[in-house]
Amino acid sequence: MKREVPLLISIAAGIFVLIGFFVPHPAIRTTYDDIQQWVIIVVAFTYVLGMANLLRINVEQVRRRAKDWPYKAALVAALLITMAVGFSEGTRYLNDGTRFSWIYNTFYSSMSSTMFSLLAFFIASAAFRAFRVRTVEALLLAIAAFILMLGRVPIGNIIHPLLPQAADWLMEIPQNAAKRGILMGAALGVMATGFRIILGIERTYGSESGGG
Amino acid sequence: MSHDIGIWIAALLTLGIFSFLYKDNPAYKLCEHLFVGVSAGYYVVLTYFSVVRPNLLDPMFHDFFGHRHFLLVIPLALGILLFSRFFPKGDWLSRWPIALILGVYPALRITGFGQGDFVEQIHGTILPLWVHGNLGATIGNWLLVGGLLTTLIFFFFSKEHTGALGGAARIGVYFLMVSFGASYGYTVMARISLLIGRVMFLLHDWLGVLHL
Amino acid sequence: MSPSLADLRRLDRRWIFLAIGVLVVAPLLTGFHIAPVRPGARAKGFYDAIERVPAGATVLLAGDYDPGTIAENYPMHLAAARQLMSRNIKIIAVELYPGGPPLADRVLRIAGEEFHKRESYDYVNLGFKSGNEVVMSQMGSSIPRTFPADRRGIPVSQIPVMKGVENFSQIALLVSVSAGFPGTKEWVQQVVSRYHVPMIAGVTAVSAPEYYPYLQAGQLQGLLGGMAGAAEYEVLVGHPALATRGMDAQSLAHVFIAFMILLGNIAALPQRSAGKKQGPSA
Repeated sequence: MKREVPLLISIAAGIFVLIGFFVPHPAIRTTYDDIQQWVIIVVAFTYVLGMANLLRINVEQVRRRAKDWPYKAALVAALLITMAVGFSEGTRYLNDGTRFSWIYNTFYSSMSSTMFSLLAFFIASAAFRAFRVRTVEALLLAIAAFILMLGRVPIGNIIHPLLPQAADWLMEIPQNAAKRGILMGAALGVMATGFRIILGIERTYGSESGGG
Repeated sequence: MSHDIGIWIAALLTLGIFSFLYKDNPAYKLCEHLFVGVSAGYYVVLTYFSVVRPNLLDPMFHDFFGHRHFLLVIPLALGILLFSRFFPKGDWLSRWPIALILGVYPALRITGFGQGDFVEQIHGTILPLWVHGNLGATIGNWLLVGGLLTTLIFFFFSKEHTGALGGAARIGVYFLMVSFGASYGYTVMARISLLIGRVMFLLHDWLGVLHL
Repeated sequence: MSPSLADLRRLDRRWIFLAIGVLVVAPLLTGFHIAPVRPGARAKGFYDAIERVPAGATVLLAGDYDPGTIAENYPMHLAAARQLMSRNIKIIAVELYPGGPPLADRVLRIAGEEFHKRESYDYVNLGFKSGNEVVMSQMGSSIPRTFPADRRGIPVSQIPVMKGVENFSQIALLVSVSAGFPGTKEWVQQVVSRYHVPMIAGVTAVSAPEYYPYLQAGQLQGLLGGMAGAAEYEVLVGHPALATRGMDAQSLAHVFIAFMILLGNIAALPQRSAGKKQGPSA
């Protein structure tokens, strides 16, 4: 039961979705559509599961007064307050002027964009400390990087009028060829793995170590 | 300078995260934990109003026997089974909803990758190797086709890369290095852009010294 | 060994952080302008694809990004909404990133006010749906079944702009503004390949290179890459805004990073020579 049922579910769902792609008959398409609707709903539940797990772990750490527990307490408080405010607003929760949209703009949006913007500093530091041209291949990489970095911004035209054209040519010809090779190789890998999962050969989720 | 308390809080959170650049400190830790808490709370509220309510609860409770809505009991049950992970004796039940997800996505990806990343890419590579009156296009097409073939040869590891095969693989490596250099250049652009966005918020929205 | 090169190798990275910060802030504060933005062929392709859509047609505007990439994606999202509304094209907006709906709301509201368009009649934001590619595949069967209500909770059967829209057959163009996964690649695989809907994409710079094969194969008609692409598009739409303003800071930062790569390799030269002199055992 523990291994066979998940395997059956996976194989049945996979084969149905695969067949549904090719067979437009209503008898197949009806179930095909139903299965996909179910997946949308089940994936939504995984978001809730993630939140529940986060809450469980952090509440436990606060209770045990683990390292950095005041920060964990702040995390739990932020989570619960956000949820309480959101649910109290009802379907207008994201409308302009609501408390929930204020939380989104003030906390979520600002911190999310700032976290990503930190990377600019690290890429500059890494360019100095780690980018070493020691081989022909690295030299090719560096030349391509230079042409792109300078050719794709307005200053490229000032440095040399051919730089933007060189950047465009590089993107459309040699870069394109290599990326296409990677794309096709990856496609073969994904298709092979997909068939393995659908045919029940790949069963990582059915392992005894629990919970997939 | 802004008089909006939300903008001030967002600005202080932004500077708190930027303080990490000097060194890890309590302000950054607090911002990080607040961000995680708010994000998790936001996701749950969003998921409920965007998916659970319109796609599951409303159809089930308002029209249970219409349009096969009674079948929605299945994703509801599977979604609840996900939470069995919290109970050691019952955690094997959470494999059932995971199995549904793991059956459907590979099937979609087989057809998606097969058509979009394989067949269409082969189609795009069938190019004329002689374009009358346009030497640039002719050379470009040779490079596209040659670059793709040599890149694919590089990824063929079933035979040792010696002789002609090794030579072709080496050329493939050069194309790959050019593409990695292009990716590096674009990555630099991306990271700097995100920083520019954040600086614009601080200078325009908060301090009011930048006029757009 | 030159003492200055040794000092350079020991340079505290926080000085580099400071330099990048100054180079980004200075052009924005001073209004220092380096060079105009010149639209490239790919941005023109993006623009022309929308120009080819007849007035009154319906376009799917997928805003698959969140505040993490707002600086790159938001300007192109807004410019696309502006161009679509200026041509009286109806917009159905969807988001596959959880953080996306408020950004799409903002874009549609700003563009809607500029061009006097009304929500539910000229555009609608269907909001977020979990499931990534499954959502795209389901929309191919039935958009109303996938999105029974819009972002505000109003049933789509009561929304005039959704009247007659069942699946991709009624969509004239798919405009994807994307930060990564799920996004442009998945739309190409699940929708363009299967339903042959014309598609254009505005993506983050980090993901732009991987979409060139789709461009060349004709699966995409236009591509905007990063803030530079967004700036080119803003110029084409005739409304230079956030992205165009940031290009001078972008230029200076790129020159600095190119210089840092050179400097780092120069600083490493004496170490490499010393290593070679010591021989293979070193």
